[in-house]
Order: sequence, then C-alpha cells, then structure tokens
Amino acid sequence: MTALQEPTSLQFDCESGNYHTFCPISCVAWLYQKIEDSFFLVIGTKTCGYFLQNAMGVMIFAEPRYAMAELEEGDISAQLKDYEELKRLCLQIKRDRNPSVIVWIGTCTTEIIKMDLEGLAPQLESEIGIPIVTARANGLDYAFTQGEDTVLAAMAHKCPKNVKVESEKEERNAIHKLLNFGRKKEDIKQEESEYKEHPPLVLFGSLPDPVVTNLTLELKKQGIKIDGWLPAKRYTELPVIDEGYYVSGVNPFLSRTATTLMRRRKCKLIGAPFPIGPDGTRAWIEKICSVFNIEPQGLEEREAKIWESLEDYIKLIRGKSVFFMGDNLLEISLARFLIRCGMTCPEIGIPYMDKRYQKAELDFLEKTCKEMGVPVPKIVEKPDNYNQIQRIYELKPDLVITGMAHANPLEARGINTKWSVEFTFAQIHGFTNARDILELATRPLRRNNNLKELGWEKLVKEEAKI
Amino acid sequence: MKLAYWMYAGPAHIGTLRIASSFKNVHAIMHAPLGDDYFNVMRSMLERERDFTPVTASVVDRNVLARGSQEKVVNNIVRKDGEENPDLIVLTPTCTSSILQEDLANFVDRAQMDAKGDVLLADVNHYRYNEFQAADRTLHQIVKFYLEKAQKKNQLSTEKTENPSVNIIGISTLGFHNQHDCRELKQLMKDLGIEVNEVIPDGASVHNLKNLPKAWFNLVPYRELGLATAQYLQESFNLPYVDITPMGVVETARCIRKIQQIINEQGANVNYEEYINEQTLYVSQAAWFSRSIDCQNLTGKKAVVFGDNTHAAALTKILAREMGIHVVLAGTYCKYDAEWFKEQVSEYCDEVLISDDNGAIGDAIARIEPSAIFGTQMERHVGKRLDIPCGVIAAPIHIQNFPIGYKPFCGYEGTNQIADLIYNSFTLGMEDHLLEIFGGHDTKEVITKGISADSDLNWNKEAQTELNKVPGFVRGKVKRNTEKFARERGFSEITLEVMYAAKEAVGA
Repeated sequence: MTALQEPTSLQFDCESGNYHTFCPISCVAWLYQKIEDSFFLVIGTKTCGYFLQNAMGVMIFAEPRYAMAELEEGDISAQLKDYEELKRLCLQIKRDRNPSVIVWIGTCTTEIIKMDLEGLAPQLESEIGIPIVTARANGLDYAFTQGEDTVLAAMAHKCPKNVKVESEKEERNAIHKLLNFGRKKEDIKQEESEYKEHPPLVLFGSLPDPVVTNLTLELKKQGIKIDGWLPAKRYTELPVIDEGYYVSGVNPFLSRTATTLMRRRKCKLIGAPFPIGPDGTRAWIEKICSVFNIEPQGLEEREAKIWESLEDYIKLIRGKSVFFMGDNLLEISLARFLIRCGMTCPEIGIPYMDKRYQKAELDFLEKTCKEMGVPVPKIVEKPDNYNQIQRIYELKPDLVITGMAHANPLEARGINTKWSVEFTFAQIHGFTNARDILELATRPLRRNNNLKELGWEKLVKEEAKI
Repeated sequence: MKLAYWMYAGPAHIGTLRIASSFKNVHAIMHAPLGDDYFNVMRSMLERERDFTPVTASVVDRNVLARGSQEKVVNNIVRKDGEENPDLIVLTPTCTSSILQEDLANFVDRAQMDAKGDVLLADVNHYRYNEFQAADRTLHQIVKFYLEKAQKKNQLSTEKTENPSVNIIGISTLGFHNQHDCRELKQLMKDLGIEVNEVIPDGASVHNLKNLPKAWFNLVPYRELGLATAQYLQESFNLPYVDITPMGVVETARCIRKIQQIINEQGANVNYEEYINEQTLYVSQAAWFSRSIDCQNLTGKKAVVFGDNTHAAALTKILAREMGIHVVLAGTYCKYDAEWFKEQVSEYCDEVLISDDNGAIGDAIARIEPSAIFGTQMERHVGKRLDIPCGVIAAPIHIQNFPIGYKPFCGYEGTNQIADLIYNSFTLGMEDHLLEIFGGHDTKEVITKGISADSDLNWNKEAQTELNKVPGFVRGKVKRNTEKFARERGFSEITLEVMYAAKEAVGA
C-alpha cells in the first residue's frame, strides 16, 4: 500500500466493484420534489419498492408523487401484456394526480426481461395524452446519483427546440399560471440591460431552488444570463435548447446528460470545475466568463472573503486526513475542496470516473495538491469495500466519508466518519453554501471533540486476528 | 402489475438475510445488482450495529447479464471464506437472480469444494414468498442442514437434559423488540425453573444446532418466524412445541400452563398456578392497572388494531379482554396466514381486515374514527393526519422502535409495557374530562381532514362557535359526524339545532 515515491500526477486504479452505494432509482426522491408537476413510476419489484421506502424514510408518508409498478410473476413470464398493464396504471395515475409528465424508471428487472419501455412510451403517450419520459436508472449499469443523469439525459430530448414553441408552452402553462395566481414570483427579475452580450447558456443538474437562485445571481453579477435550467421547476417549463447553445453542468455525475446535449442537441459544453466550495465556484464562473470573453469582476475578493469566514471550521481540519470510500460521484470535487482547506487525502474512491466530463475538475485537483504541497490522492474507481477497510485500518485517517452501512461499525472502532449521502441532499453549491459542506465535514470531529475526555473511543472488543 | 406506494412486508431476501445475519459467524452473499445491499444500511442504522453486517453482494452487472456469472459467484464465496472464516455462507438469491435462472445450486457445490466453511443456497423464490415466509423457511433450512449433518457424523445427541429445558426459536435481528423479548423470556424460563438450551437464530452458533434435540420442548413466541423449524423438530425428533405467544396477562398464563402440561408429560412434576397467580395479581401491574379507576375511562373507547399476526392478535385480545376497550377492527397484512388470524381475533372485534394495501387501512380508520390506533409506522402517520393517537405495535418500524431502554412486549414485564403504551395512546382520562367541562384549551381553527369526506356544508356563526368549544382532539370527529348527519337529512346549513340533533342521533 505504501507508495514507492511521492506521486505528482493522479493515479487511477480500478478494483472489484464490491462496494456499497444506493440504487440509482433513489433519484426519484429528490427529482419528484424538484419537478413539481411530475410523477415518477418505478417499474420494478418489491426489492426496489422496499429500498425506496426505507432509504427515503419519512418522505414516503407525504403522499409522494412516485409509486412502484410492482411486477408480478405474470409480468415476468410475459403472461400479462406490458402495454396493457402500463396503460392501466398510467390511467390511474392520470385520474388521481393528473401530472404533466410521467417518468418511467426502468430497473434491473425490466432490463433483464427486456421490457421495451422506450418503444412502449411514445405509443402510450399519444393514447393517454401525457408525455412519458423513460430513464433506465438501474443497478446493473449505474450507481446512486447517476440515476439523475439518466433522467436528465432522457429529458434533454424533450426540451423544446426553438423560440416559436414559447407561446405554445405559455398556453400549456395557462392553468398552472392561474393556480399560481397571487403567489410570489420567486424567479429573479431579469432586466436585459444588465447582461452582457453572449450566446444562450443553459445549465443542467437538479439543485434545490434556493441554490438555483443563488448561482443565477452569482452569474448575473458577471453579466451572464442563464437562459434556462435542466430540469426546471415544472416539466412544462423545460428550457429551449437549440443548436449552438452553450451548456454547463453543475454536478460531477452528469456525463450522459452532457453527452446527450452535445451529440443530440448540438450544444457546446463548457467543461469547468464544479461550483462546490468557494474555489470551485470561482473556477466555474471564471471558466464560463472566459468562454464568453468576459472579464470576471471581483471574484478574487469574493473568494477570499468566503475563506476568511470559514476559518473557524478550517482550523478543525487543517493538517488532518480524509478518506473517501466512494458512493455518489461528488468525491473528486469534495476532496479538492477539502485539500484546499488544508486536509490531506490518501484515497478517493468513486463509483465511476468520466475523465473527459470531469477533466477540468481533475486538473484543478492536481493543481490544488501542488499548490497546497500535499501528495495527490489515489483515485480508486469501482472500489472494493473490504480492501478499503483494510487500508483504513492501516492508514488511520482522521475522517472517513462513507455510506451508512459502514459508518456505525467504523465509529465503534474509533474512526470518525461522515455519512456521505448527506452531501447529496445538503446544499453544497456556490460561495454561500461552502459553510454547509464544512458544517457536515467537521461535525464528527466536533462531536468527538466534545466526547474525547470520556475515554470510550473503541466500543468493540478486539477482534481475534486469524 | 400493481400500483404500490408502500409495503408492509419486505422482499424474500430480506427474510433470509435477517436469519443469516442473526447467527454468529454466518455470512450471506447476495446474488444481486449494485445497490441491493441496503439491508446493511437498515441493520447498521436501525439496530445501531457496532459490527459490520456480514452481508456482501456478488454484484450482477452488464457483464454478468451478457455472459452469466461464471466464476464470479464461486470466487466471491471462496474469497469471503478465506477473509472471514465464517462457519456458513448462505448464498441468497434476489428478484434479479430469480429471473436470470442461473444454476446457483451448482455454484454452491463448486464453491463448497474449495471453501472450508459450509455453503448453502437459500431456498426461497422471490415471487412466491415475502420477508416473513422466507425467514421462516431459511431458519428451517439451516437447522435441518446442521441436524442432518450431525446425524450423518453420528454427533447428534438426542438425550434430554437432566432438568426441563427449552429452545427459544424465532428471535432475530430487525425483529420488533426482539432483543427485549428474548431477555424477558429467558427470565420467565428461569422463574419457571426451566433451562434455556438454545436461542436461535439470534447470537447462535451453527455448531450448537446439533444440541437442539436435547431440549424438552421448543417455545415459538412469534407466529411468523420459527414455526416451520418447530414443526420439523417435532416430526423428526418428537420434540413438542408451544406456540402460544406470551403477550398479555391471559395469554402469558395460557402459555405457561401449556408449558406445564408438556413438561409434566415428560416426567417433570411442576405446578405453576401459584406463580401465575402471584405474578398476575401482585408482580405484574397490568391486571391491577386495568382494574384501577383511571382505566374506567377507557371502557368502551373505540380502537383499531393493525399489524403482523402475532402482535395484532395479541393486542386485540389484550384490548378487548383485559381492558374493556371496544376493538372495532382488527387487521393483519399477513395475508398468507389469514385463517389463523381470523380464528384468533373474531370473537374480540367487530370486523376483521386482511389486506396489505395501506390505503384500505387508512380509509377504514377514517371511516371508523377510533379514539386510538395500534398499528405500524404507516398507521401512525394516518393517525397524525387524522389527529388520532397511535401506538406502534408491529413492523414496519423505524429507528424509534429500537429503543435502548428495556421494553419487552412478551412476559410479565411486557404486560406492564403494553399497559403503558395503551394508556398513553388514549388521551389521558382526567384531562379528557376536564377539557370537556371547560371547553378545551385549544383555539385552533378546524381544518378539514384529507382522508375523510370533503366539506361542502355551511356552518352558521353560532354553530361554528359551538364547534370551536369542542376539545381539539375530538373536534374533527364531531365536525365530520355532524356533516354526515346533515348530508343524510338534506340540511344545507348547519345550525346549533342541527348540531345537537346530530349529537343525539349519532353521538357525535
């Protein structure tokens, strides 16, 4: 495990893929909240349903706009006709909820029995009069957050083409407008004059609305106008995407969406580090500015100010080490930010590494390591959790960022852990939210600082070595 | 295809994993795609496990889909055998492997050649069994495997222990209050002078399974888990079993009397009547509690019970028989064992509901408007929406239902805990009374409840004021009943007169 020499460029490794992560169908839990007029139908088995029910905890009780189309033995053996079955369920959904779009989530089972969801959707769509988006977010191919990627890639196809559609969209939206009458308009008023001349820019990646507002304002300060966001708050408000538009991703796990936008919608991708941490946010804005030939204003000061305000957190972690077991693809950006905060990072586990989509982020990580004078981390794709735990015992990192399956057992062995899924649900983008990342990352250290006088760090009996 | 928002019982492999990870030094390998190992998350979070859950996945990915698992499963089994030296590895099929139809039995045979530990394939079909049935089958399968193995090696000792002894069968990980029940049952056995021979599966070693026939009898506290094993042990080793759940004062006594009969038949000479009497009257507080004047306020109050067979049946009997509460509806989601449930509760409730559709139960609760619900976490949430208190008595449960304090449901301490749970779920009697006298301290506006009927009726000012005087926790009910009454009689506006007429007619 010991490195022969201090590596200076990133090393990539690939292990067995025996690791713990969430199933990608979990994306419905945040996407149905983001896209307010959607309904997510997961076509799978009891196993999928039980996962959603347990992983999403209490959310299930708030009458969610998602449900299982639970496959039964007759569906598997093709005694029942897929089309008729789906039609029956979708009509029921239409009657009970009347959504503007139904998103079908294909699962492992639909893959194995080769249910042709993409083929059935257009036919059913025209029969019941509700758009159907098909995403194959299954555990055979993808991990956790990649589920969102498959949904957004499918939605990219549904984005309207040219401005003419705008009026039609308006019409479709009339009823919602009526319903929303009197509600405060949350979108920021965009006065054309405040913006510089640049080609249309569409951002992709699902973020909570406050973060959307925040990033929009951040770009507005540079005179950059965001023409749309994939996904928007409502399916009926999907942005226009035309040939030649510029697009930029806000999350590291959106490589399929990026590919789709480039290849199928003929967009130009701005490859930038992701706006996670003040360093990432600044680099992200600077890259967009440079593409549009805009001189960024006041970014350096803004970043410095944020760093200053983070000092109380940073002093808790400076000089400490962090180990990412890897399960949600945010790892590279988070590691880069934490290294900038003064941590060292021996290993970044990650489910899947798209070196092209994440190129700017990887370069930025390398640069950050050089500037901070720390060795570059080893990036382990498809990690093997068993091996990782042996390495953790050996390296004794100060903080392990890991899934819930390993968190309690590691804590019981005196190792500080942060549950990784929280980074997916917390607001971590932009300048303003840098604090939230550190709030999460330092929480175990702060808690254990409070308890350290008690002398009960190791709470398991020494295991017999065989 | 079935449109489902929620489910009461998990998929089959969860049952198998619960059994495997309850045993000591048994490892389960799931043949499953990435992300299906959230059992580890549940165990680690709900039970706050300090140890790594001994479950790993042999990941099914695109390559496996294209070429079959080939060596992968075998290698994973052998690897785990080397890494952790488990006594037994249970290869666990999932819904995915069910349809791939790979010859997992063959993998097991091949892996067994290289593995030092034993290797078994869990014999459960995802599409036929649920979590409980699978757990019951897997436990039976493991016990049978080790007893037959011991028999072949001539290591099986069927000689009974000197003193009366018992196997407690069915205590498992992620079971509802199982840890506490287990401690309580051990204590009960100690009080009765019965040695505990083995407890399975929780904390048991597979090496000890060969000792099972030494016991005088088996105790199966839960209907859902352990019955298949007990029946097998009876058929093969003539080992009698007691399957009366010792939950509630009457049932605990019945269980003890059955134990007495069984061990006396085998030559013991015990009489537990005095013990039962002493416990019932003086040690356990439940019998006295239901006699005390405070409990009078619960007489005839309406309750709905829903849960698994064991707990729903036990609670129904306790409520009706021991506390004089009116159980309007008792229900279970264990559809596969519905006959047993009906037989158990029919005489203690007005109607029986057998369903695993949470919507059906929610609607029934809205219709009945009980004063309290005893159900799962789902019924607790229905109760929240309807403003009806709920005591959680069965899985599915979440982390709050894994208390670290001692809270058994079985045995005499269990009767105390259940009495507290029931009493605290109903609005405190005196408080109820005082609020009625003084018009309540709650000045909230009435909100219409989602589940129940919609409100299309007008309340005039006086009626509205009067309604506001009704205590908060019954106001919704009064409102709904009055409106129902008005609708039936064709009144378009609700006046004070209508309100009182309704009260007289339906007791709103």
